[in-house]
Amino acid sequence: MAKKSTSKKTIRKNTSNKKQSSGKITRVAGPVVEAKLAAAINDLVRVGNSKLLGEVIQIEGDIATIQVYEDTTGISPGEPIINTKQALSVTLGPGLLGGVFDGTQRPLNVIAENHDIFIPRGIDIPSLDEKKRWKFNATVSKGDKVTEGQILGTVKENPVITHKILVPIGVSGKVTKIESGEFNITETIATITGDKTTQVKMAQTWPVRVPRPYKERIGVQKPLVSGQRVIDFTSPIAKGGVAAIPGPFGSGKTVTQQQFAKWCDADIIIYVGCGERGNEMTEVLEEFPHLKDPKSGKALMNRTILIANTSNMPVAARESCVYTGITIAEYFRDQGYSVALMADSTSRWAEAMREISGRLEEMPGEEGYPAYLAKRLAEFYERAGVVKSFSGKEGSISVIGAVSPPGGDFSEPVTQNTLRISKCFWALDAKLADKRHFPAINWLRSYSLYTPITDIWYDANIGKEWSDLRKKTQNMLQQESELQEIVQLVGIDSLPIEQQLLLFIARMIREDFLQQNAFHDEDTFCPLAKQLEMIRAIFRFYNVALEHVAKLDLEKLRQSSAADFIAQMKYESNENFTEANLKKMQAKIKSEIAKTFK
Amino acid sequence: MTSRLEPWYKKASSLKGPLLVVENVKRVSYGEICKIKCKDRELLGQVLEASSDKAVVQLFESSRSLDLNSQVQFTTKPAEIALSKKMLGKAFDGMGRPKDGSSYAAKVFRDVNGSAINPAARRKPSDFIQTGISTIDCMNTLVRGQKLPIFSASGLPHNELAAQIVRQASAGGEDFVVVFAAMGITYEEAKFFMDDFKKTGALENAVVFLNLASDPSVERIITPRVALTTAEYFAFDLGMHVLVVLTDFTNYCEALREISAARSEVPGRRGYPGYMYTDLASNYERAGMVAGSKGSVTQIPILSMPAGDITHPVPDLTGYITEGQIVLDGSLHKRGFAPPINPLPSLSRLMNAGIGKGNTREDHSSVSDSLYAAYARALELRQLVSVVGESSLSDTDKLFMRFGESFEEKFISQGFSENRSIKDTLDLGWKLLSTLPKSELKKAKKAFIEKYMKK
Repeated sequence: MAKKSTSKKTIRKNTSNKKQSSGKITRVAGPVVEAKLAAAINDLVRVGNSKLLGEVIQIEGDIATIQVYEDTTGISPGEPIINTKQALSVTLGPGLLGGVFDGTQRPLNVIAENHDIFIPRGIDIPSLDEKKRWKFNATVSKGDKVTEGQILGTVKENPVITHKILVPIGVSGKVTKIESGEFNITETIATITGDKTTQVKMAQTWPVRVPRPYKERIGVQKPLVSGQRVIDFTSPIAKGGVAAIPGPFGSGKTVTQQQFAKWCDADIIIYVGCGERGNEMTEVLEEFPHLKDPKSGKALMNRTILIANTSNMPVAARESCVYTGITIAEYFRDQGYSVALMADSTSRWAEAMREISGRLEEMPGEEGYPAYLAKRLAEFYERAGVVKSFSGKEGSISVIGAVSPPGGDFSEPVTQNTLRISKCFWALDAKLADKRHFPAINWLRSYSLYTPITDIWYDANIGKEWSDLRKKTQNMLQQESELQEIVQLVGIDSLPIEQQLLLFIARMIREDFLQQNAFHDEDTFCPLAKQLEMIRAIFRFYNVALEHVAKLDLEKLRQSSAADFIAQMKYESNENFTEANLKKMQAKIKSEIAKTFK
Repeated sequence: MTSRLEPWYKKASSLKGPLLVVENVKRVSYGEICKIKCKDRELLGQVLEASSDKAVVQLFESSRSLDLNSQVQFTTKPAEIALSKKMLGKAFDGMGRPKDGSSYAAKVFRDVNGSAINPAARRKPSDFIQTGISTIDCMNTLVRGQKLPIFSASGLPHNELAAQIVRQASAGGEDFVVVFAAMGITYEEAKFFMDDFKKTGALENAVVFLNLASDPSVERIITPRVALTTAEYFAFDLGMHVLVVLTDFTNYCEALREISAARSEVPGRRGYPGYMYTDLASNYERAGMVAGSKGSVTQIPILSMPAGDITHPVPDLTGYITEGQIVLDGSLHKRGFAPPINPLPSLSRLMNAGIGKGNTREDHSSVSDSLYAAYARALELRQLVSVVGESSLSDTDKLFMRFGESFEEKFISQGFSENRSIKDTLDLGWKLLSTLPKSELKKAKKAFIEKYMKK
């Protein structure tokens, strides 16, 4: 589907000199403020003497309703309010990577260095470092014709990622001046003359609520590999796809999200902590700089951007943080990168909408959520996908949204509306978590609609039995759950030996394959070749056991060295599964199994 | 904020439950505290909504004998508390006023609502706290700066457990302060805590805030905030380790619901307001450690689950904010095990940072994971046996059944006075696990089985 850029009309740029106007506050009720102010919807305003950040969300007569992104205690009617006539925007440019921002893109680590441990109100500092000089390398020359979104040049932002500087959306013409060299993000690096003359800087702004345009949208083609067996093998997500992880508290949503952030094979990771725990964000902040990316061997922080809006930070900024995150994701997508965005948790975002809606006294929909909940969720998730950007490069955004259903009840509106959009569903199960079966993803309830695409890719790139084994595994787990019901009634001894063996193997799959220890040095990330080898070993064991089924002693089999070997496989060094060593490993598995059944 | 002289206003134009509306006001600010004077007393309120000419004030006390002639004065300040080291050993009411009417000199005054800690300024909590309780220390480890609630129900001994934690966790620690906040608990319960604090000498290093069941319910909205502001002062200004016990959050939420209903807000689940998550988070998130201070705030909120229902909005929203939970179990209690902590639904999210080599002992996670898996299996088998009888079990299964029983008798049940060291707890764990075949201990590292499991 081609999407035409109609951005000229809708986007106001920072540089435009629209006059600011001012008004007076008439009412304050928590995060919602009313003011007598000439305004348009989504105008950014500065509220009161302390200049708190706010956004216009409703207009009635000459009264504008504003949601305020900071705590409004102490603000009183009569105080001034300034309309900046700009939309809530993010600054895009070198310096984003490795950054930690709040829901309105204020740089939290810079604030922490220069201020108190608390976030001061009304603070107005640039999102990106404006002093730092970057080495800009022009890739077009003077006299070249360029169009919007095209690459002008590159900046090697860190050892892993090369940042591409794009022609701003809405600008095209002839490059009349461009030079390589060291610049900060506010200096002009190029001049483009078309209908009008534009001075291009490395930093650009983009309004968060408007999706960035692209040339064309294309279908998904390959899996986003996470190194988590239950995900990659049983319900994989595609690059450019959308997955939902609903689960009650304590079932491991956050650990699953963090595992994805650490190990998935996207180029850029954006982790949005939306209304979640402060200490968890700190964990990510302290851990990531020390973790090594399995692909590049360099620190993970090089490819990571964190948006942190913890549960006690103002509720309106919680509403905006997912948009801030996805806009940054789109910016990197347009440079041709594959981006994975984790939103933890979208329920908190929906609740923020509900809270604001309640303060506006809107007519509530289901469970008090606003009637536009489904629309907002759909709009957000639709910003994921694989596209061909204006730069000619192919980029993708995959979104993994955690959902926190109250009481673990999946029939609630946020889960249901998310499921209508997402094609991949990882159902977290409190019962599994209680047994410390982690990741506590229920293999029967979870599904992925991407398997027809990922099967082809896996079969071609990892091993041709992949899709076959995946189907067999699912089939076996399904049979197990049916047999379990019978066992509950009559006991295992009354089953024929074949079925007892099936239960035995299914348990092996659950415990030795699906369970994965996120805190074990080797097991935390399982390469695809190792995944295939592990499941293959289990089925080899099964097939040989079937041949000997007549005189099988399951109790003995459980204690056998082959069963033990399979159980310990996940802790084997990942090195042993590289192409060079794989043959040796396969021979070892074969001989262990042969030994046991001799 | 610049001070402005405020006249006394007479115009309370309506009174409804805990809300009072004042008209014809000038420049009232959101969140500011006001004093209401009526015939025989003076009470406090807070501005919930400020318009150009009207203010909605939430009272912190009962509106008994108030009438439309009551005078309202706006103080221009948000709710504040005077902070000083002299608060130690004192008891305060739910609004932070000394119980005995005495006063103390203070230089620091803080807004009780606090501010959000910058996530980038936090330190990762990783210091092990030994509570001396096996099910907590081994399986749901508490670390400094964590918020770990106790989920209880009516008739369960959560108070005894909380008192035991306070007593045993403070043992031997210097710079240790307890902040205790009661919200709507009975006199008997409050007395139990006070007596225990006195007996063990904990009171000298404690600050106590009491809002009892007989006190105004809306005052409860302020109580945890006052307590946490005090805790932050001791932790981040004075560099001490503060353990905050807040009980009972279910009463707090009832008060929240009462005000929401009085304001005719659109209710969320079970009548609780839609912003309850945000409101609870603004309390619970005030725990942790920060850069530039060696102190910490550790929170143990207690809440009772109505009808033992863990999906009720209060425990549900709490569980989504806190870093785990300790769940008390009615059937363990009835069978005489104390403290009746059920390890399976319990959880500590910060556990991994606080255990292992350098913190507790290298084999900690092996023991903990194995106990979890084995006990879960035992309970599953117990269910099975109740249907098909024990004869259908294999020999291994029978061993697991036996393990489950001795785990409950020896590991869970230790009484409210035994203080076990982490070493004893882990050794006991190995002893119990040694009754199972080694091939079943898939969650334990083999090297540790060899090293620590006595034959």
